[in-house]
Amino acid sequence: MLHVEAIYWIVGAFLLVAAFMDARIGRWSAAAFWAVIAVPFFFGDAILDAMKEGTRWPAQAVGIGLVALGVLAARGKLRMHEDSREAQAERRGEAARLGNKLFVPALAIPLATVALVLSAPYFRWNATPLIDASQATLISLGIACLVALAIGLRVVRAPLSQGLVEGRRLLDALGWAALLPMVLATLGSVFAATGVGDAIAAIVGAVIPADSRLACLAAFALGMVVFTVIMGNAFAAFPVMMAGVGLPLLVLRHHANPAVLGSIGMLTGYCGTLLTPMAANFNIVPAVLLELPDQYGVIRAQWPTALILLAVNCMLLWMLVFR
Amino acid sequence: MNAWPLLGVAVVVAGFALRRNPVLVVVIAGVVSGVASRMNVGDLLALLGTSFISNRVLLLFVLTLPVIGLVERHGLRERAQAWILGFRGLSLARLLVAYLALRQLFSMFGLIDIAGHAQTVRPLIAPMSESAAERTATLDVTARMRVRALAAATDNIGRFFGEDVFLAFGAVLLIQRFFENQGIHLEPFAIALWALPTAIAAFVIHALRIVWVQRDLNRAPAEADAAKDARDAAR
Repeated sequence: MLHVEAIYWIVGAFLLVAAFMDARIGRWSAAAFWAVIAVPFFFGDAILDAMKEGTRWPAQAVGIGLVALGVLAARGKLRMHEDSREAQAERRGEAARLGNKLFVPALAIPLATVALVLSAPYFRWNATPLIDASQATLISLGIACLVALAIGLRVVRAPLSQGLVEGRRLLDALGWAALLPMVLATLGSVFAATGVGDAIAAIVGAVIPADSRLACLAAFALGMVVFTVIMGNAFAAFPVMMAGVGLPLLVLRHHANPAVLGSIGMLTGYCGTLLTPMAANFNIVPAVLLELPDQYGVIRAQWPTALILLAVNCMLLWMLVFR
Repeated sequence: MNAWPLLGVAVVVAGFALRRNPVLVVVIAGVVSGVASRMNVGDLLALLGTSFISNRVLLLFVLTLPVIGLVERHGLRERAQAWILGFRGLSLARLLVAYLALRQLFSMFGLIDIAGHAQTVRPLIAPMSESAAERTATLDVTARMRVRALAAATDNIGRFFGEDVFLAFGAVLLIQRFFENQGIHLEPFAIALWALPTAIAAFVIHALRIVWVQRDLNRAPAEADAAKDARDAAR
């Protein structure tokens, strides 16, 4: 049976290839960064199993590695990748040659994922399912990426190595930003384990009537917006509000639907992203790019949409989350 | 209740507000809330390590990078731009509403960075919006800037409220992981599906606002002209 671990090994292998390519051109911090991240992908399950049996040093080593990643991320500089005139001309030529076929590999990822998810229950070998049903979406996504890569290489007629080189280019362009969701989720677990969530829940419970579903929901939605406005990032607000209000008060106490709460709650945070200069790359950078005299011009153009949508989100939450 | 671990939240808020490197801020916040809850170093490191490992699914999206990088190298963005240029000749409202729809749809398929402020708004959408608006209204500098800002806002809204419908997107997997760590199993599919109502609402609301801005632009100079005529007549 195919488990999600097999997909993790492929991710680990890709990260190691990226680390190797970075090392070859002397970008040692980037190489170290990707190599450290590759470790949980190769040895993750072994480390977690060891932890269960009482051998703690491998997990602690990963903890040290995580601190090192924070330091490496802060040292790393944003690297604008050089774009030569020849490369631009080549891309335009290729775009004209390949036309809309270029969209096929990219669209193949979601389409193949959905097709695999829906057909996973039917892939069987003597009554044993071939795809681990509890991780069907993630395994399907991993396979879909490989299928799409194969299609892509065929469409543009390039060797596999070119896919790896271009993949590494994008990975380096993302840099630490690629890791941010993963470390934020880690923070969410740490917050839950160290009692941060309980503390916030206790404070919120002291301020608002925790027996009232409406009051808890309002506190959650507005908390998402306010934290996002302060921090400029809904991802960062999510673990705080979820551990503090969403999970203890709404899901566990009032039996809110976690999928609805998580999804619409995150999008409620996005309404905050539209309002804040802290989300500089969406709200301030374009004002500069477009030479607007008012650096808040983009925020001025989008705040009405953000506030109306916030109201709609609150209504959607209220109608859908307790069903 | 022990309130000291809340220091971790303070670190996150202060660190993001002071624009320190987010990864470093988050790691420090985790360490601080661990120390503040009187964990010993060994336990804290083990907690960090196991949490990090159990959230590794959030990096699964890097498997999409070789494909996307490959087709980008062979002109995916140029092709997308040529496609958008085909919308030349539309009114401001039709152009921006079409762009909003495309931006949302592409984001839903995970093609999030195919467009953006640097890639499409500055070189294409902003100038096209200006010339489209000029077809029905005379633009002064303020109005011109308003049109540009609206183009940028449309890109943001299209991106934000499309990407969460893509199931490999970080937000969806972040939500899934959060609940998984608390022992609640959710399929990423279900989470992505619940982003649809908001995505539709965002499209309707912003499309109506675009139409409204165009009306406003068409009316404003006419009113100014009418006022000027009235003043001239009174003189």
